[in-house]
Amino acid sequence: MSTDAPPATRPVSVTINGAARSAEVEPRMLLVHFIRESLGLTGTHIGCDTTSCGACTVLVDGVPMKSCTMFAVQAEGKEITTVEGLKGPAGLHAVQEGFHEEHGLQCGFCTPGMMLTSVALLEDNPNPTEEEIRWALSGQICRCTGYTNIVKAVQYAAKKLADGGAS
Amino acid sequence: MYPASFDYVAPTSLEEAISLLDKHGYDAKVIAGGQSLIPLMKFRFASPAVLVDINGLPGLDTIAEGDGGLRIGALVRHKDCERSAMLHGGRWGLLGATARLVADPIIRNRGTVCGSLAHADPQGDWASAMMACRGSVVAHGPGGTRSIPVADLVVGPFETQIEPNEIITEVVVPDPGASTGGTYLKLERKVGDYATAAVAAQVTMANGTIGSAGIALTGVGSRNIQASEAEACLAGKEPSEEIVKEAARLAAAAADPTADNRGSVEYKRSVVRVFTERALTESIRQAKGGAL
Repeated sequence: MSTDAPPATRPVSVTINGAARSAEVEPRMLLVHFIRESLGLTGTHIGCDTTSCGACTVLVDGVPMKSCTMFAVQAEGKEITTVEGLKGPAGLHAVQEGFHEEHGLQCGFCTPGMMLTSVALLEDNPNPTEEEIRWALSGQICRCTGYTNIVKAVQYAAKKLADGGAS
Repeated sequence: MYPASFDYVAPTSLEEAISLLDKHGYDAKVIAGGQSLIPLMKFRFASPAVLVDINGLPGLDTIAEGDGGLRIGALVRHKDCERSAMLHGGRWGLLGATARLVADPIIRNRGTVCGSLAHADPQGDWASAMMACRGSVVAHGPGGTRSIPVADLVVGPFETQIEPNEIITEVVVPDPGASTGGTYLKLERKVGDYATAAVAAQVTMANGTIGSAGIALTGVGSRNIQASEAEACLAGKEPSEEIVKEAARLAAAAADPTADNRGSVEYKRSVVRVFTERALTESIRQAKGGAL
């Protein structure tokens, strides 16, 4: 492999939070760097960088993925949702409101990933049990809250959505 | 963390993918889910010059019964198996039970069953499950197709029989018949950790006796271990507490663990013994029709 020539780049186009965006990237650019550095959306956090903590979780075509463990070129043509895309015209997403109301965060570092996984869970299973919530979030690490309030935040959101609240 | 530079190609047909691999040989690497490969590349343990992304290949994302067995395509994610009603309980129950314990839920959304087998991490869960249910991978190369039993696939840690110009397109599990049960039990310190020890078991009943049994172990050796003596001691026997205990003892003897921060050798052997006993008891219960 040659290390002398400047690395070749290629265009990557995605729909992110409803907007079409594209940038020239090296194939080795990770999706999380593409989102943060090329597109300037810094709500997605880099935690462990080793596929262990889930802080960088985003939705790719609606499915939670660790954006540190996917290349930007692999997201070509995909629809991506980051934490910046959760808030709607009517205000906070029910999951965001739940984290606010139930004190689901302290430092906030894991929160974007936790919220996106929660959104995907509730899309899939609008009325999850506590065990199902804990199971869905078990790939993500929070070092502040001890998870109890995160679970309550998801339960709050489930109830709000069931009661016809905004999402 | 950035991997070393590489060239990225995303073929749209299997033939194109194979021809790319044939052209680049050992410099190329197949990527499907990438949940093991990308971390390796970030740590620079792997630095392929060319990455061949097979996510765009058609027809590889299905789980299908037929041809005397179950076929899981190369783009089937762990989550697909976890959610498949077909793989819960009964003849394919071992597979559903394994899927839900692989890595963590987000990794399971992306990682693939066949990719896990190709990666051949000695701590991988799928190889044990596939050894216990006698699964085989199908490899496509320039010269055609061949089938390799998972028990023979792995030649060492992270090393398989697959040639650089071959792609695993599916894993095929023979139909064990309706009177079958199976499960996977795994002890892990936290979700997503490697197994301290894990046991895959599958039992098929025939005329009131155990027709056949498959038992394989994860995390207690330099590769997944098929507990052949334990399997043999069950065949043809009427299920009983005594015979299950004897099989569990033989499985523990087949384990070859090393002491690490997950536990001592004695502890891990003990886990294998207890988990084998539990997994066999549950498998027999299911096989007799007690489950579903």
